[in-house]
Amino acid sequence: MAKTLYDKLWDDHVIHDYGDGTALIYIDRQLLHEVTSPQAFEGLKLAGRKPWRLNTNLAVPDHNVPTVNREVIEDPISKLQLETLDANCKETGITKFDMFDERQGIVHVIGPEQGASLPGMTIVCGDSHTSTNGALGAMAFGIGTSEVEHVLATQCLVQKKAKNMLIKVNGRVGKGITAKDIVLAIIGEIGTAGGTGYTIEFGGDAISALSMEGRMTVCNMAIEAGARVGLIAVDQTTIDYVEGRPYSPKCEEWDLAIELWRDLKSDKDAHFDKVIELDAANIEPQVTWGTSPEMVTSISGVVPDPEHEKSDVKREGIENALKYMALKPATAISDIKIDKVFIGSCTNSRIEDLREAANVVKGKKVSSDIKLAMIVPGSGLVKHQAEEEGLDKIFLESGFEWREPGCSMCLGMNPDQLEPGERCASTSNRNFEGRQGQGGRTHLVSPGMAAAAAVAGHFVDVRKL
Amino acid sequence: MEKFKTFTGIVAPLDRSNVDTDAIIPKQFLKSIKRSGFGPNLFDDWRYLDSANPLNEKQTRKVNPDFVLNQSPYDKAEVLLARENFGCGSSREHAVWAITDFGLKVVLAPSFGDIFYSNSFKNGFLPVRLKAEEIDSLFNSVESRKGFKVTVNLEEQYIETEDKEKFSFNIDAGLKERMLEGLDDIGLTLNHAAEIREYEQRRKKITPWLFKEVSA
Ligand code: SF4
Repeated sequence: MAKTLYDKLWDDHVIHDYGDGTALIYIDRQLLHEVTSPQAFEGLKLAGRKPWRLNTNLAVPDHNVPTVNREVIEDPISKLQLETLDANCKETGITKFDMFDERQGIVHVIGPEQGASLPGMTIVCGDSHTSTNGALGAMAFGIGTSEVEHVLATQCLVQKKAKNMLIKVNGRVGKGITAKDIVLAIIGEIGTAGGTGYTIEFGGDAISALSMEGRMTVCNMAIEAGARVGLIAVDQTTIDYVEGRPYSPKCEEWDLAIELWRDLKSDKDAHFDKVIELDAANIEPQVTWGTSPEMVTSISGVVPDPEHEKSDVKREGIENALKYMALKPATAISDIKIDKVFIGSCTNSRIEDLREAANVVKGKKVSSDIKLAMIVPGSGLVKHQAEEEGLDKIFLESGFEWREPGCSMCLGMNPDQLEPGERCASTSNRNFEGRQGQGGRTHLVSPGMAAAAAVAGHFVDVRKL
Repeated sequence: MEKFKTFTGIVAPLDRSNVDTDAIIPKQFLKSIKRSGFGPNLFDDWRYLDSANPLNEKQTRKVNPDFVLNQSPYDKAEVLLARENFGCGSSREHAVWAITDFGLKVVLAPSFGDIFYSNSFKNGFLPVRLKAEEIDSLFNSVESRKGFKVTVNLEEQYIETEDKEKFSFNIDAGLKERMLEGLDDIGLTLNHAAEIREYEQRRKKITPWLFKEVSA
């Protein structure tokens, strides 16, 4: 029978089928960070259990780490959480990249970068954006802390198989349109619950044309469309990306691996429960205006009027969002002025994202209306590469701050936060109330659009700058 | 985990869709390394008019009197009534820990974020999917009568209002059994230890690179 890519990955990992739609599936890789793992280690210890297979796990601190001076962590609670990860990894023997290691970075950036995430794997992490790794043709999904403990103890999880959805982005995107615009346009189309209960495979020419970095941006936000797993078929771009990474297979194993990986795509006649098609040529630079990623429009658009919404619940949602965002209906997106700019997060902090932003700001200055514009690379290795390419100088000369890698202002568990009422152009993935700091207002955009907004002091069409 | 028993409790209405886990428990409270103590910060940004200082244990907070869970009798509610896509967003299990720590046992909504849904069951907290019309009707009842109660019967899979209206719901057999029996998930999986080892042996031959250990 013809299978989807998801069916293949699922079938390859089933250990026991419970017969009610759930199965015990094997987990090839678990990534760990400091926020969602302490209670899992504690639970393991209390039950007197040991990790089933030690070194399938890879740990890294990312959420709480300072991005200015690594030596000082002022918040004692953050400090304790970081120390707890240290202690747990030491005690169990799990490999960890510490803050001072160049390989440290945001967990979803370092997995693929190290070759710790590979095509055909099942990959989990106590973090919803684990879906990022699906860009490699892996079944990767976020789990809760109890499940983290479960994987530590058994290397398995009981999961319910999701339905199959295909999102096809046909044709080619226009100049200046990036993976971020594609995925925001998709979420605008299907809504934040559109993918709930599904695994989304992204396909079509516009997706195949993306680099691995771009594909990761798209799969990263699958969860923002409600899907735990986002997938992209393996092709030559995938294989070229994986080759030669520290944990990638070598020599004969490499040959064996690529032979198997070439089959990691949906069969021609595979059945999808739902298919959605988008025309890439229609996608413009996207900007969110509300407090949910589905509240998005293009740079040429305006803030919507709740009066035009028929459903009561939706109307109230828009009203609440506009109130929180301090925006009036019919305001042109390009008239929205911003206070801060954040370029980073597991959505957009890879080398390609930094190049895109640097291209825009080169030779220009950050507007004097902007209080802070910061670049936070996704990992120490991304930072290193950017510095080799001279990107740091471009940013510094234009007035950006050049920081150490971590989650930073994507959610502000470290000191990088918005003040109440501040408005931010952010390349991250969530514009929820208070996400970047209590009372802070987030607009999600691509790195190029964030950079353009930094220069102009308000949103502008990056294609016209 | 405790066994889930049939009970009758007050329903608190939270009339918003897409309530995300950042709203349920904001990030400043995720730094704890414990599973307990999150209840006072459930819906923190909505529940209080000031900011929390996690370093000051003696802080008295400025309560927002307009927020439903601050009002009597909802401060003693055991059932939360919510709108579509409740618990969307991050994977933080802290969201469920905060909800149960507050004293809630069940949430009724038309749909849930997937990870929140599965996290709930690991903590003896029951998310129930009802039809949108049924949720509408419950909102009407609850809003017209403060302290409106429902009975939740997991064994027979129904919610019954104090007006004797009954709504049945679906749930996976496995999840239901685990809740009713308060089973230890890990223990259950370890019953399959031999199968897991067998799988590993088989896979080692086909994909040997997956059995190379990561090391520093
Ligand atoms: S960068 Fe943001 S979304 Fe990504 S893992 Fe860190 S906090 Fe989560």
